[in-house]
Amino acid sequence: MSTIYELVREAVRSGQPLATITVLSGELIGAKMALRPDGQTVGDLGDTELTAQAVQVALPLLTAGETQTVSLTPEVTIFVESFVPPPTLYMVGGVHISIALAALAKIVGFRTVVIDARDAFATAERFAHVDELILAWPDEALAGRLDARSSVAVLTHDPKLDDPALRVALRSPARYIGALGSPKTHARRLERLAAEGFTPEELARIHGPIGLPIGAKTPEEIALSILAEVVQISRRGASTGVQKGA
Amino acid sequence: MHDILDAIDRWLARGEQVAIATVVRTMGSSPRQVGAKMAVSSSGAMIGSVSGGCIEGAVFEACQEAIATGQTRLLHFGVADETAWEVGLACGGTIDVLVEPLR
Repeated sequence: MSTIYELVREAVRSGQPLATITVLSGELIGAKMALRPDGQTVGDLGDTELTAQAVQVALPLLTAGETQTVSLTPEVTIFVESFVPPPTLYMVGGVHISIALAALAKIVGFRTVVIDARDAFATAERFAHVDELILAWPDEALAGRLDARSSVAVLTHDPKLDDPALRVALRSPARYIGALGSPKTHARRLERLAAEGFTPEELARIHGPIGLPIGAKTPEEIALSILAEVVQISRRGASTGVQKGA
Repeated sequence: MHDILDAIDRWLARGEQVAIATVVRTMGSSPRQVGAKMAVSSSGAMIGSVSGGCIEGAVFEACQEAIATGQTRLLHFGVADETAWEVGLACGGTIDVLVEPLR
């Protein structure tokens, strides 16, 4: 059987999510086990009940990609460490803002994906610096790819491209959804989506107009304001916790 | 993480033993976040960091001790205790560091 360290090494190298759980207190200090997102475990903490309890606490942390120390009981503290690939920022629209946003997001630690159905926009020349450039309709490109650590910035200004992307994003667990456009444009967008049956609660997930209000003017500054908002939401999620089942 | 794994692979390939230190809890301001890691080999090679440099010396010693004894330990560094006074935590926060021999 592999050691826990070997499992971690394999997970980090392959980009497969894995968490380790380590006991920090008491006689079991140093006891360590590994946990996969599907709940599969390797090893245990030396106590059946404690192990079960720890797995229950660790699983949502792994899903959210979080690493933290948790007091399980007054006596027992555990350290849950998530090894997950970088979160992905999906940019819908091969526009000027996306060029800058992809560059900034890369520095901050995101995997970057740019999607556009228009071949004049989604060119390798404009987006040589992104991790993945997809020439396709956004709804097709995004389908099945968004998880709870994904962020989506919808930037085309064109309902034909923006709306399909938002439909997929709103039905996904994506932690950030933002859409470019003035308050007026955004209000019309919300009306269209509401007419399709999206509830006010669902539509409230869309950050629009996109970005933190820093007075941005240039595409590069707007990219900075968008990325700042993505980070703000990502970190807020980290402090208030993870999605809970109904 | 990748750079630490590469170094540990090289050390293990040379037949060295390894200990890993991980920041597991911070209070107040601290330069590295929870999950930050540093690894030490039995010959004294070191990679990564668990602070802005203020506690690496003490953590290095603890890693060497963990390699020698095989024991896992939780270290606490803070402004209010003697160790912190000795090594100095300029940021004013507290840091808990788990030191584990690699098994």
